Amino acid sequence: MTEYIVRRLLSSIPVLLGILLVTFALARLIPGDPCTAILGEKATPEVCERFAREHGLDRPIQIQFFYYMRDVLRGDFGDSIRFSRPVSLILVERLPMTIELSLSALLLAVIVGIPAGILSAMRHNSAADVATMVGANIGVSMPVFWLGLMLAYFFALVLKGTPFWLPPSGRLTAGLVATPFYEFFGWEVGRSTLSFKLLDFLSNFYILNSILTRNWVVLRDVIRHLLVPCMALSTIPMAIIARMTRSSLLEVLGREYIRAARAKGVRRGKVILKHALRNALLPVVTIIGLSLGGLLSGAVLTETIFGLAGVGRALFEAITARDYPIIQAFTLMVAVGYVFVNLIVDISYSYLDPRVRLD
Amino acid sequence: MSVTSQLAPEVAVLDAEGLSGRPASLWRTALRRFLRRRSAIVGLLMLTILTLTAVFAPLIAPYAPNETLHDEPVAKREPPCIHLLGCPRDHPQHLMGIDGNVRDLFSRVVYGARYSLVIGFTTVSFAIVLGTVLGALAGYLGGWVDNVIMRVMDVLLAFPALLLAIAIVAVIGPGLINALLAIAIVTIPAYARVMRASVLSVKETNFIAASKALGASPSRILFVSILPNAMTPLIVLGTLEVASAILNAAALSFLGLGAQPPTPEWGYMLSTERNQVFTSPHLVFFPGLAIMLTVLSFNLLGDGLRDALDPTLAHRGPGAGRA
Repeated sequence: MTEYIVRRLLSSIPVLLGILLVTFALARLIPGDPCTAILGEKATPEVCERFAREHGLDRPIQIQFFYYMRDVLRGDFGDSIRFSRPVSLILVERLPMTIELSLSALLLAVIVGIPAGILSAMRHNSAADVATMVGANIGVSMPVFWLGLMLAYFFALVLKGTPFWLPPSGRLTAGLVATPFYEFFGWEVGRSTLSFKLLDFLSNFYILNSILTRNWVVLRDVIRHLLVPCMALSTIPMAIIARMTRSSLLEVLGREYIRAARAKGVRRGKVILKHALRNALLPVVTIIGLSLGGLLSGAVLTETIFGLAGVGRALFEAITARDYPIIQAFTLMVAVGYVFVNLIVDISYSYLDPRVRLD
Repeated sequence: MSVTSQLAPEVAVLDAEGLSGRPASLWRTALRRFLRRRSAIVGLLMLTILTLTAVFAPLIAPYAPNETLHDEPVAKREPPCIHLLGCPRDHPQHLMGIDGNVRDLFSRVVYGARYSLVIGFTTVSFAIVLGTVLGALAGYLGGWVDNVIMRVMDVLLAFPALLLAIAIVAVIGPGLINALLAIAIVTIPAYARVMRASVLSVKETNFIAASKALGASPSRILFVSILPNAMTPLIVLGTLEVASAILNAAALSFLGLGAQPPTPEWGYMLSTERNQVFTSPHLVFFPGLAIMLTVLSFNLLGDGLRDALDPTLAHRGPGAGRA
């Protein structure tokens, strides 16, 4: 097992290097002189000369790549052009929002998608099966930004005045304050210390924070704000998970050992839930891991529509403002995250299915 | 139908014609299997309608896509007016209403079909050609060529497709052509992998050894013996990838990176009116619906083709990692 994990870890190093190379190359693709592109109107010849020296642009390209790698390993992604602040700080501030949204969307996709897939497979070719699969087909075909806008219209305008009304944008109703849990507990932490930054990062997970501070009014409000974006973002993974669960379960149900279990008199429901489902869920685990990449790119669109200040929206604003360092850092961060998620999926897979390790 | 009765006619054909069992029978069986699937037929039908709409757009659309209707008694962002549904007869009919620049939305949506289809087909053809060549080289030559090509593909696959496309276009500059280029680049690895796997699976078979012994050149072996064997997975993947290419292009346009004004491209149309969703929902609804139906038709067709051409393929959902 350990050997397998080590082997998988080592094999991801070339990919990680490749990712670095791609994001490094992205910055070289900027048309024209990087100095004018990054500094804009401030770029006088003297300033540019200093800029080139500071960023090692006067060095050979392989040295530049080495510098880039060193900076990234140090967590230094350069400064945002628009905000004149370190990109790493901006991303860290905005990350909790995006993680909260993506994870709740993934959770919704799993708790609806898997049962729907099971139901579909159990009642193969029934009306429920056909309906689920038609729904799943439509689900994977919808542009997430369109679905988001339509859901916002439906829940915020059509259902206005009913108890089902949901707010169309923002994270919290104006007037409500989410007191950070460290203030609530009365902890004294120096503003510039690392532990403060960590606590602040954690308190930006509003659901977690409101549970810790037992502020149920805020919790309810946060969840109500999260529901519509979450529904929009979860539709595609939900459809993919439902389809995968169904086809994988159908395949497993055709195996000999299932027939053997039925033949010795085990009830059908028990065979499906105990014997078949365990094996059928293996490919579903992979799909769940893979859908995280879709969720993160979907977050760019969803956060933009719903005015949520996450990293996805930061990327959208960076595109409009041509804030290259943010674009570069975000792409790098997501790709590296994606590699690690797939690594975790692979490792958990080898834990669930010992045959994988032997390959 | 039982297995034996399905096999019987073909066995009979073999007996009668000896070893001249024609390869066309594969396509005939596939066609029969395809026609049995209702969803595949629906997909094909939708796609036919869509193609006809795109081709005959000037005949179907009552106005030119960028024509402003200042001479007509219509207001900016007016909701749809359909005479059959009780809109006053003296008011000009506009099936999908009027957009923010006083243009007929229906005409724009009709013309948009052209863009969507062209986007889907050009990106996928570009990616198929490049991906197939790279995959074939990697599989056929093996060794370090294989290693280099496939590691580069691994790296490209490590990025969520839409995100890499966003990054590329954001850097090289917005525009429809750049967006298409970016989407094509991010889809290349999928084809390279499929092609390489096919090449590897037939490379060591006897009929390839036979062509080699007969003195066939490597390119002839590749194009005449290997490529036809890789066609089915490429066709299936290609159809499903047209769907994601259209979705991704729409997303890029929505972010302002793809089609630029005044192109009647659905993603862009939706994006310009997104802030009006509460006051004029029709301007968001119709372009989005058009995207959805187009993507749906390719997905249904792709699934049907997969079942028809290769029943042994695992039923996987398309487009993991899609937005």
